[in-house]
Amino acid sequence: MTDIRYLAPRTLEEAVGAFAAAAGAARILAGGTDLLVQMRNGAVKPGTIIDIKKIGAMTAVDDLGGGAFRIGAAVPGVVLAEHPTFGKAWPGVLEAINLIGSKQVQGRASPGGNLCNGSPAGDSVPAMVAAGAVVTVQGPGGRREMPVEAVPAGPGRTNLAPGEIVVSFTLPARSKGSGDAYLRMIPRTEMDIAVVGLGISLTLEGGIVKAARVGLGAVAPTVLLVEDAAKALIGSRLDDAALEAAAAACRAACKPINDKRGTIVYRTKVAGVLLKRAAAIAAQRAGGN
Amino acid sequence: MTKMHVTTTINGEPVEFLSDPAASMLDALRGPLGLTGTKEGCGTGDCGACSITVDGRLVCACLMLAVEAEGAEIGTIEGMAQGDHLHPLQQKFLEMAALQCGICTPGVLIAAKSLLEKNPDPTEEDVRFGLAGNLCRCTGYDKIVRAVLETAAEMRSAA
Repeated sequence: MTDIRYLAPRTLEEAVGAFAAAAGAARILAGGTDLLVQMRNGAVKPGTIIDIKKIGAMTAVDDLGGGAFRIGAAVPGVVLAEHPTFGKAWPGVLEAINLIGSKQVQGRASPGGNLCNGSPAGDSVPAMVAAGAVVTVQGPGGRREMPVEAVPAGPGRTNLAPGEIVVSFTLPARSKGSGDAYLRMIPRTEMDIAVVGLGISLTLEGGIVKAARVGLGAVAPTVLLVEDAAKALIGSRLDDAALEAAAAACRAACKPINDKRGTIVYRTKVAGVLLKRAAAIAAQRAGGN
Repeated sequence: MTKMHVTTTINGEPVEFLSDPAASMLDALRGPLGLTGTKEGCGTGDCGACSITVDGRLVCACLMLAVEAEGAEIGTIEGMAQGDHLHPLQQKFLEMAALQCGICTPGVLIAAKSLLEKNPDPTEEDVRFGLAGNLCRCTGYDKIVRAVLETAAEMRSAA
C-alpha cells in the first residue's frame, strides 16, 4: 500500500500549491461524503488528501445584502439550514442542498463537493444554476470566475483546469418579486438520488415574469441550463400556454439514461411536470417578496 | 505508512492517538481507541450505525477521516450515560423495547439525542425525518419513533 499524505493547509495559496505540486495524485477533501466512499471502494486512490476546511474562505457564509450571498465551497448543508437569512433569500437553493442525504450527511456534505463530484444528479447543482450562481476558482494560474453550469463536464468530470480548486459560490442580489424552488423526483420518499431534479428562479413584476432561469438535473451527462424554458416564461403571466411551452423545452433538453430507476420516456415526461410544479412554488414565493 | 498524531476530545476527555492518514474516524474509534459502542454497518454513510457528533454536529464516523478529529470535540455513545445513570432516551428504549438486535441502536440514540437538542417538541414526522439516516432491519421503526416521542414528552415535563 502506498503512503497517503494528509494536509490541512490554513491558506488558499498553500492548498493550491500542494494541489498543483501533486500533479493529479491529490484529492480535495471538503465534507468527504463522496471521497471517503470512493476511497473505500477503490475507485479513488489519492496520494495526497488536501483538507480545505481549515481555510476561512472555504467555510464562510457572507450575506452581501439585497439577497446576494457568498458561500464557501466547503460549507456543510446544516450550516446553511441554520443560517438566519440565507433560506429567506434562496429557499430553493436551500431545499436542494438539504435534500442531499441524511442529517448525518448534512453535517458534512457541501455544495462545492456536490458540484465537483460531477454527478448529473447532484441536487444542489440545478438550483445553483437556476440561481445564476458564479463559482470562484483558484489555481496555479490565479483566480477566475465561471458560471456554475460551466463546471460539470460529464459524469464524474469537471472543466476545472489541473490544480484548480473551487473556493466559493456567489449568488446575485435579488430584485423585489423574486422566488426560487427546487423539486426532485425519486422513487422513495427520502434518502435517494434524483431521477429528475429541477431548479427554477423567477422574478415577477405585476404578475408578469421579468426574469427566469431553469436548471435541470439527472436527465443528461451534465446538469443543464434550459434557456428555452426561461424564454418561454419571460413576458408571460405563467399561463397554461407559457408553462406548457417551458415544459416542452425541458422535455426537449433531456438526453437521459435508461435504467431501472427511471426510463428515458419517464424521465423526459417528469422533467416537464417538475417545471410546472416548481414554477408554481417559485411564483408563490416571489409574491411574498 | 507514516502515522499521524491526533489530539482531540472524546466525550469530554482529552485524547491523543496515532492514525493512518487514510483511516476513518470509525476505524480509530473501534481500533486504537477501543470505543466499540459505535458500530459499523455499511461503511458508506447510508445506514447511520456509526453516528457520532463532531463539534455538536451529527455525522457518520465512516465518512470522516480520523485525522480530521484534530482539535475537535467528538461525542460517542459511550458518553451518553452519566456513569450508571442512563440518558432518558436509553432508559426509554429499554422500557419500550425499542430495539431488537441492537446494532443500529447506538447510532439511533446519538441521532435521536441530536434531534431532541435541536427540537425538544418534535412531531412524529419530525422524528421519522430526523432518523431517516438510521436504518434498522428489525423493529420496523415504530417502537423507535414512539420511544423518542415519549422521551421528548417526559424531558419537556421535567424541564
